[in-house]
Amino acid sequence: MIALPEPKAEVLARRDDIVAGLRSLLPADAVIAEAERLRPYETDGLTAYRQVPLAVVLPSTTEEVAAVMAFCHREGIRVVPRGAGTSLSGGALPLADAVVVGLMRLNGILSVDYADRVAVVQAGVTNIGITQRVQEEGFFYAPDPSSQLACMIGGNVNMNSGGAHCLKYGVTANNLLGLRIVTVEGETVEIGGAHLDAAGYDWLGLLTGSEGQLAIVTEVTVRILRSPEGARAMLAGFRANEVAGACVDAIISSGIIPVALEFMDRPAIHACEAFAHAGYPLDAEALLIIEVEGSVEEQDRLLGQIRTICERFDPVSLRVAQTAEESAAIWKGRKGAFGAVGRISPDYLCMDGTIPTSRLPEVLGRIGAMSREYGLQVANIFHAGDGNLHPLIMFDANDPVSMHKAEEFGADILKLCVEVGGCLTGEHGVGVEKRDLMDVQFTATELDQQRRIKSAFDPGWLLNPHKVFPLAAAAA
Amino acid sequence: MSVLAPGSEAELAASIRSAWEAGEPLAIQGNGSKAAMLRPVQAARTLSARALAGISLYAPNELILEAGAGTTLAAVEAAVAAAGQQIIAEPPDLSALLGTEATQTIGGVVAANLSGPRRVAAGAMRDHLLGIRAVNGTGEVIRSGGRVLKNVTGLDLCKLLAGSHGTLGVLSAVTIKVLPAAQAWGTLVLAGLDARAAVAALSAGLGSPYGVSGAAFLPAAAAARVPALAGLGASAALVRIEEFADSVAYRTGRLREDLARFGRADLLDDATSRAVWRAVRDVTPLAGGPEETVWRVSVRPSAGPGVLEAAETAGGRGLLDWGGGLVWIAAPAAAAEAVMAAARAAGGTWMLMRAPETLRAVLPVVPPEPPALARLTRSVKAAFDPKGILNPGRLFAGV
Repeated sequence: MIALPEPKAEVLARRDDIVAGLRSLLPADAVIAEAERLRPYETDGLTAYRQVPLAVVLPSTTEEVAAVMAFCHREGIRVVPRGAGTSLSGGALPLADAVVVGLMRLNGILSVDYADRVAVVQAGVTNIGITQRVQEEGFFYAPDPSSQLACMIGGNVNMNSGGAHCLKYGVTANNLLGLRIVTVEGETVEIGGAHLDAAGYDWLGLLTGSEGQLAIVTEVTVRILRSPEGARAMLAGFRANEVAGACVDAIISSGIIPVALEFMDRPAIHACEAFAHAGYPLDAEALLIIEVEGSVEEQDRLLGQIRTICERFDPVSLRVAQTAEESAAIWKGRKGAFGAVGRISPDYLCMDGTIPTSRLPEVLGRIGAMSREYGLQVANIFHAGDGNLHPLIMFDANDPVSMHKAEEFGADILKLCVEVGGCLTGEHGVGVEKRDLMDVQFTATELDQQRRIKSAFDPGWLLNPHKVFPLAAAAA
Repeated sequence: MSVLAPGSEAELAASIRSAWEAGEPLAIQGNGSKAAMLRPVQAARTLSARALAGISLYAPNELILEAGAGTTLAAVEAAVAAAGQQIIAEPPDLSALLGTEATQTIGGVVAANLSGPRRVAAGAMRDHLLGIRAVNGTGEVIRSGGRVLKNVTGLDLCKLLAGSHGTLGVLSAVTIKVLPAAQAWGTLVLAGLDARAAVAALSAGLGSPYGVSGAAFLPAAAAARVPALAGLGASAALVRIEEFADSVAYRTGRLREDLARFGRADLLDDATSRAVWRAVRDVTPLAGGPEETVWRVSVRPSAGPGVLEAAETAGGRGLLDWGGGLVWIAAPAAAAEAVMAAARAAGGTWMLMRAPETLRAVLPVVPPEPPALARLTRSVKAAFDPKGILNPGRLFAGV
């Protein structure tokens, strides 16, 4: 288990005063301090870790956030920001002596401008909510994390969320223009706006993916894009991981960049097929889902070219969707992957490393060996175009031995990702989960440099202080 | 002025370490092609990354390239072109605009976060910067990011250092994402529109489903300086498609129908398209003399025409890129207040790209930051460069 810092006893001792102070700043229903009502906030998407916070506040405006931050700063109270609580790395895990600032009530879409292709939304708007608002005009917000029905744009900004289509459209950082933030001192600051590129330091780039370490995000200006004329998927099953990997290389080398290029290994294929009945080939060792965009004729042409490439790799199965419905069927299994694995195992850890794409066969081979060694099953889902690997490690959280092994197994996979030239996290963030592995990827000098930036924003380390940086380093 | 040009990252670190120990400021550059930009740096010595040259890794099938910061941009472009690929952000060659013969380096392009027309559709240099190696102001080697396409491990120092103009660290190497170059280019030209109508047409193009990869407006005076457009005798609104050849034909055809309400659109062929967009990218239609000031203003696209008009009223010339959101202005020094006021009123930002040195020392070359951000600028600068020896005063006086 990953250690959490000791709560500050003097803060715990002042709990009633702190709650009263918060209640003087916010409407009555915006401060939660009763044990049973705090319970829903004790964890996030990393459910193995739980900690009831000191209090939860649910501000409805930036001004209320600023008032809470100023109060907490003055009182020396730690703050943990929270959106929808879908983080898979424990990004929203509370501390016993911390106030959780829940941003879900900041849920307004403030403006949409189709001519300038921007929308200004509050932090608690869901990812899908932006697209839902603009799709009637044919627009969409591009990053599409799997949790997009629930996850909130403020959380997306803080974790720099990705998705299945970022090979073409980029991740959150590539789709933002501006932020309204509240500093740890409670000051409201505008970053960027509706224009491209900063003139001074790139605060927008630094804040994106900063995991709640630097400031609280209350509003976000996002780019909205016109949807393509259409999109269609195909599916190709292969006899070996190496063969599917070589096929991915061949597609990219041909000059075609599909909008999505997803890879599933045999255990993932079987789990998803049993769950979704998507017609996946059960005799394949590896499956690719490839999606292209454009007019129907353009889709036909691109899918035809990709099909020809796939045929060079002796596929066991090759199916090009002819309609949007067939396309949706191909995606159904992939999109249901987490649910599918959840059905065959009581619990699973969803890992998130990135590797150079050319090392995929070797990495999958070594993960397979580890799986046998640890005695835990693993299914691999991979954004093959960009090297982002999601091994799902199956275990039983009620069995401490199983849980411990799963964590060790996960850590070994991430170390392997770094060893082959990749990184600890491609899109889920470091959070609590990967905090103690940071020194696998970074030198002490590099971590110190990052810590000094954190200190520049948050000298007292009040913001989400038990995440990202190893505890010893954080305390130093 | 003596120039240090260390031949390895270790030597670079040692040079900065000794400057730090001596508390001696350094002017940071690659080949000095951007010396005309921003504020002049007061430093007895110049430290150049130009000797840290060479492509250390290029994996076309993984879409990544790593090069020493001193590698010329031309060398990187040639290497990727040989594999049918390109630098996504289409960085400009501003040598004519800035009045320099110096050859720019990849490190300089990244440190200035300079992007060309494709930025509006495909992102800036900083968006495709996967990894950096840099030396901070105490001589420590710092890496951030890496060589993979998706990476959210730790704070994103790549984006912070991109566009920091050598004030936080000296880049020793960069890793960028590259993509296949499109098979063909096609450009629609709508002649004779005024700036507002043109930006409305560009917005319609960028808001279409056809994947417009460039959208610019050249007023008549600027169009007259582009050989392929000079014959128009009028302004030119330009909309670009880069795709497979069949798709260029199809998409420009559909776009032409969509844009018919703005006027007739003529199609430029592949070769002409490339020449025209090179001129837009490099801002050659505005190249002028050393007494002029050159501004790069970024605003919401619909505000571009207003900024252009303000600059013209003040005696300047301009052109619009990024669908109207990027306003390039060449103007007499006396137009400075008008340009800055227009950018400010539009909620945008500016960068002074060229001006006589006396002006550069006194004008705000980028907008002054509100107090909270100015404090952060100083404290983040101190977190990298506690003695303020790296390019002091390049962006802000005293920082």
